[in-house]
Amino acid sequence: MEDRLTHLQELESESIHIIREVAAEFANPVMLYSIGKDSSVMVRLAQKAFYPAPIPFPLLHVDTNFKFHDMYAFRDKFCKDIGAELRIYRNEEAIAAGTNPFDLGTQKCCSLLKTQALVDAIRIGKYDAAFGGARRDEEKSRAKERIFSFRDEIGQWEPKNQRPELWNLYNAKINKGESIRVFPLSNWTELDVWQYIYKENIPIVPMYFAKEREMVVRDDMLIPLDGPIPLKKGEKPEKVMCRFRTLGCYPCTGAIRSTAKTVPEIIEEMMVVTISERSTRIIDHDTEGSMEIKKREGYF
Amino acid sequence: MKKVNKGKTIEAFLKENEQKELLRFSSAGSVDDGKSTMLGHLLHDAKGVYEDQLASIKNASKQMAKGEIDYALFTDGLKAEREQGITIDVAYRYFSTPKRKFIVADTPGHEQYTRNMATGASTAQLAVILIDARLGVLTQSKRHLFISSLMGIPHIIVAVNKMDLVDYSEEVFAKIKKDFSAFARKLNIKDLRFVPISALVGDNVAARDKEHMTWYEGESLLELLENVYIGSDRNMVDLRYPVQYVLRPNLNFRGFCGQVASGVIKVGDEVMALPSGKRSHVKAIVTMDGDLDHAIPGQSVTVTLEDEIDISRGDMLVRPNNLPQTDRHIEATLIWMSEQPMDPNGSYFIKQTTMTSRCRLEKLRYRIDVNTLHREKADHLELNEIGRVSIVSNRKLMFDPFEQNRATGSFILIDAITNNTVAAGMIIRRESADDTPELNGKTTDERLRRHPDAVGTAERSERLGQIAQTIWVTGLVASGKSDLAYALEKEIFEKGGLAYVLDGEDMRLGLCRDLDFTACDKAEHIRRVAEAAKLLNEAGVTAICAFVSPFRKARAQAAEIIGKDRFKEVYVKASLEYCAKHDDKGLYKGAEEGGVKGLAGVNAPYEAPAAPWETFEPENEGKEACAFRIFEKLRKEGKL
Repeated sequence: MEDRLTHLQELESESIHIIREVAAEFANPVMLYSIGKDSSVMVRLAQKAFYPAPIPFPLLHVDTNFKFHDMYAFRDKFCKDIGAELRIYRNEEAIAAGTNPFDLGTQKCCSLLKTQALVDAIRIGKYDAAFGGARRDEEKSRAKERIFSFRDEIGQWEPKNQRPELWNLYNAKINKGESIRVFPLSNWTELDVWQYIYKENIPIVPMYFAKEREMVVRDDMLIPLDGPIPLKKGEKPEKVMCRFRTLGCYPCTGAIRSTAKTVPEIIEEMMVVTISERSTRIIDHDTEGSMEIKKREGYF
Repeated sequence: MKKVNKGKTIEAFLKENEQKELLRFSSAGSVDDGKSTMLGHLLHDAKGVYEDQLASIKNASKQMAKGEIDYALFTDGLKAEREQGITIDVAYRYFSTPKRKFIVADTPGHEQYTRNMATGASTAQLAVILIDARLGVLTQSKRHLFISSLMGIPHIIVAVNKMDLVDYSEEVFAKIKKDFSAFARKLNIKDLRFVPISALVGDNVAARDKEHMTWYEGESLLELLENVYIGSDRNMVDLRYPVQYVLRPNLNFRGFCGQVASGVIKVGDEVMALPSGKRSHVKAIVTMDGDLDHAIPGQSVTVTLEDEIDISRGDMLVRPNNLPQTDRHIEATLIWMSEQPMDPNGSYFIKQTTMTSRCRLEKLRYRIDVNTLHREKADHLELNEIGRVSIVSNRKLMFDPFEQNRATGSFILIDAITNNTVAAGMIIRRESADDTPELNGKTTDERLRRHPDAVGTAERSERLGQIAQTIWVTGLVASGKSDLAYALEKEIFEKGGLAYVLDGEDMRLGLCRDLDFTACDKAEHIRRVAEAAKLLNEAGVTAICAFVSPFRKARAQAAEIIGKDRFKEVYVKASLEYCAKHDDKGLYKGAEEGGVKGLAGVNAPYEAPAAPWETFEPENEGKEACAFRIFEKLRKEGKL
């Protein structure tokens, strides 16, 4: 080994330090697991942090019931393979009431099935710390979020009143009912994540890789048909060579045209066509600063 | 295989890309210096700005009726800030070049946000400070430099911006360089560089300007960022391994997880666990990717030891011949970061390395004016104020001076009531003359200057026929210090001189009755005695101080305060048996039975003087004989 660390080694060590700090300082932490590539990386880092012991906290999937079939299949296999304890929480009430983005709009739907569900899951599970795989480079409002991000009793984030965060000294003090969201991947970029997946050979959902899929083409967006989608007049599915840059709920996640079938090809494509990854999540187009509004309410 | 630019395969590119170094830098500048524009340009030119972010920025710009693309909007984040048009919090930005990956802590520069600047600077290896070429070196630029140096950033680049607005004048640049360098000399800055740029036009930002500033022969800002050598910034010498988490998956495995703070830990090395002092050898350095033979600063690993010794979170593994300081008392520079001012009687936690403990703010020595660097008297600190404090922690801390080790010399304070992070601290080397308590009272406050003497010490000496001295009698409890002191007082007085005894009981009952028996209070106690002796001496009276004063350093400080030429150290040399026999308070007995703690020479250290001025051995001579000897010695020296 050389006497310097590469940027990936530094990022890895920093993330492991953060994950261990949470395990040491909190009574009941949980790792939010969204099935996406960032979650895969975060879980790998948690395995590394405690090797040869198992991960000392459960994974929690806040399920909207609108995820892709491939995602559910991957989730169950992935967690079984690594021997992690998977917990699932769903806002059953809202799901039973037929909550969907087509009738309610994406904002309302997200608010009920994701934001509300997450806040409830944390409250009901009495979790005092919840890891999330968010990165600061994803979106402007994330750029200012702390690694240990304080949430009040109702899960709210107050961007103007964040705790100062210095060196690697994280403040884990909270009162009962309050919680901390922890972002061990804060300093990773999308390229870092892909590079790490490549280097570490980390399993990810096959939807990230290009293949011919049934899609509806609408306003430059490719809308997948993983479940019932109300089609506009004249729209019909067609076979498109494409892949997904981010994974969310099928009604609100677009694909991009791509032929990238391997991780290096994805990275190459990313270097050439530089489109910020969250743009394929329809939710961000609602209003200017929509992510910040969601975050204030408790969304990740 | 797929090809990317220059005919490289993507795999080859990834291999190369994987070897990149990471550089974290902070950028400080005021609202109008064009900092956001500069960063926007860096990010843009480094292809760090994605196309659709560009698109959404175009929308935002339109809404704000700003017209053209505003590079600043790449970096200004939150909605509230966009409305106010200023950056109010630290924002982290990322970009890379083929050489390095950069993490930028973009910190606001106006006065009320010292807190954020310090936050951004805490993780930075380099700081970029922006100066508006038209305005020259302003107070706030100095403040940025001061905070950067305070936070121990080894490399500083001063970017003199808006050169286009001063006709790219070499003279303007040279003057700023000269002015700023003059100020920088007052601070501890290892590496200071200057680069003239125009963030708006892009001159010397990423690409070197070859048109307007041909007189500048240095590198562009981006080139500097890419090439600054950071390899030697790490402390590879002093092994400090704070234990973060203990792994016990089964009875056969006990691993101590941590991130190497400094130094190198190697398999086979002898290590000592602090605070217990127990020793063992490193058996293995375990990671999921296989065992390592050594680990370097920044690496998160798991260490197993040859012997089963009890180690928990907050402990530290070090080399037995290279120890950090271990103390409950620290001296530190504190940056107050909370809206709620410092409460000198408040309840706080200190978090330092992986250890958290309750602590007390023992004393605010002074406040530092960040603009003038002057020291001012203060009784508390407000948001964004910086001060020198003395802190006593409930648990022992293992630390190094911040200057020597950023990882073990830094800490945060957490308010025990609100749970907020209220301050950031940097531990100061205590031996340094600047920090000894005798300078406590020194402030720039004019009102505190001493009134000029109407009668001089020389005149008093003449009147009294003596040159006042301080006889400092040190020794174990019940060794006979007071006996000697009073005998000497009598001897001097009877022969026409004037002397006065200061002893523990007297001081404890009056001048020092607010003090406790903590390490810090004991130090303060000695300091006050020294100050009192000094006043007596200045009044012409010889002071005889009888105090255990077990620490060499504390006695040296007392000598410092009193004046080395009139400080005479007398060592009462007696065996423990003798002292125990003459101890009418039963302290030795108590210590033996375990009830009494901190008894010098028994269960606490006593550091005997290396070269005392005079020694009294009560087991071999009477106190009167010794008092006479001291009197004669003073007389021969012309003091009486």
